[in-house]
Amino acid sequence: MKTKYMNPYLAGFFLGLVLLATIFITGRGLGASGAIKDATISISNAIAPRFTETNPFFGQYVGAGKENPLKSWLVFEIAGVLIGGFISGLVSDRLKLVTEAGPRVKPRARWFFAAIGGALFGIGAQFTRGCTSGAALSGMAVLSTAGFIAMLSIFGTGYLVAYLGRKLWI
Amino acid sequence: MGPFVPDLISDQLNLIVALLLGIAFGFVLEQAGFSSSRRLAGVFYGYDFTVLRVFFTAAITAMSGVLLLGHFGLLDTDVIYVNPTWLVPAIVGGVIMGIGFIVGGYCPGTSVCAAAIGKVDAMFFVGGGLLGVFAFGDLFPLYENFYTSTALGPIRVFDSLGMSQGVFAFIIIMVAVAAFVVTTIIERRVDSKSAPSFKFKPLKHAAAGTFAIALGVIFIFMPNHKAAMIEKVTDPSYTAAHPVDKMDADELAFRIVDHEQNIRIIDIRSAKEFAELALPNSYNIQRSDLFGKDWVSTFSQRHLKKVVVGNDEVQERTAYYLLKELGYENLAILRGGIGTFRKNILSSTAFVPTGSHWDADVKEFREGARATILKMIADAKNKPVKTIIKRKIQGGC
Repeated sequence: MKTKYMNPYLAGFFLGLVLLATIFITGRGLGASGAIKDATISISNAIAPRFTETNPFFGQYVGAGKENPLKSWLVFEIAGVLIGGFISGLVSDRLKLVTEAGPRVKPRARWFFAAIGGALFGIGAQFTRGCTSGAALSGMAVLSTAGFIAMLSIFGTGYLVAYLGRKLWI
Repeated sequence: MGPFVPDLISDQLNLIVALLLGIAFGFVLEQAGFSSSRRLAGVFYGYDFTVLRVFFTAAITAMSGVLLLGHFGLLDTDVIYVNPTWLVPAIVGGVIMGIGFIVGGYCPGTSVCAAAIGKVDAMFFVGGGLLGVFAFGDLFPLYENFYTSTALGPIRVFDSLGMSQGVFAFIIIMVAVAAFVVTTIIERRVDSKSAPSFKFKPLKHAAAGTFAIALGVIFIFMPNHKAAMIEKVTDPSYTAAHPVDKMDADELAFRIVDHEQNIRIIDIRSAKEFAELALPNSYNIQRSDLFGKDWVSTFSQRHLKKVVVGNDEVQERTAYYLLKELGYENLAILRGGIGTFRKNILSSTAFVPTGSHWDADVKEFREGARATILKMIADAKNKPVKTIIKRKIQGGC
């Protein structure tokens, strides 16, 4: 039997404590999109090193004297998220290969839209220098202006375009 | 005092710390229900406000913790990473991500968490994320200038809004609590049978909300740790009750000429003034940096005499008292400030006979000291500047 989700406020409190511990121990916040960036650069560098090194954006992260992009704080943290998420799914009996979609959406369409959404996050997070975790949540915790701008623009836009995307979810 | 990176935790160990914190992060995200795209998207359609509840609670918890730890001097809030602002790119990126949230139903962190428990759509989201970053990099020359435009640095939101940190913290807590109440009402209207909030225990939730508001009120009245300390040491009754140890310009000059090892000169003037004239082997430290950890190893050695040098004794006394309050010992200020040192030691017309029979000796000493110290200053200009660069922790995505 599937176990219930945790009370959201309690979960939020624990999430806040994890973030606080991160800031207290390491002086930096949590993140996610940075790890995806590092992974992208690493893959690109493995397939096409010349292109990657000469690209003005990727080139900042690779080349002589630079560590492998995969040896970054966020990559290790995201590896932890995979493990932690898996453990949670295991103890709460939620491990299952499944596609989750709105009631009117077929799995293949859902995959397509999920990939598009991921790509948009991949692009947007570069301009904002972080996503919901690294820019919005961690930024808000240290009261950075960037954090609040990220939160307002992500969720504000979400509400503005929610109507257009309603058939995906309700 | 936190943070422990890089002093107590090395870069290598920090990666293990990252893994462990990531495990906790992933576990909590999954337990919160963030591994479900329908649940995440619910926040935009009113049927499930889990995201808002978790997100805002986490933000105010972490924010409150940072404020409290900073207040009690347990966390050096000057060195923690504050996300810099590139105003217009940040908004544009947020708009793109907002659309991505509706279309994709996840954000990057939650997609990884969902992929971990087998959500196939989340795996596509992560794959799309990789392609998105690649596309961004590939087309980077098109918007390279835009990407770095409107750079405002690591600004803080309360400064941007022109209010105090405490008042802003109070407001954000009130906004969060109000949002929790309003969204619960909305959720129950949208789904009057099975909205998640029907399962909440009203009494416990009201108590938690009250506690959060009380904490917010405390933040309004909580003085800034540093500001409070500066206020304390500049109070006339404090300065009257605490005499300072003063060192004459001649004694300081003698110790410099003598290359004495057991002395540290702390120059608290501005970097510009310091660049103009710096005493040999002195450290330029701004007043606000005295609080940090960077100087602990230098200041806490008791056998070292720490001589505070400033423009005048008033400026020197404040720094002297701050160091004393911070627990450092064996301190002194330069009598008359650097102006007196410059006049008595460094200027050629320095010596005014006083009629004492020491006049000749003093004159000879000062002339010798002048030549030596000016040479030391000139030599130092050719060497790298002896200031410890303030540590900044790297962060961000």
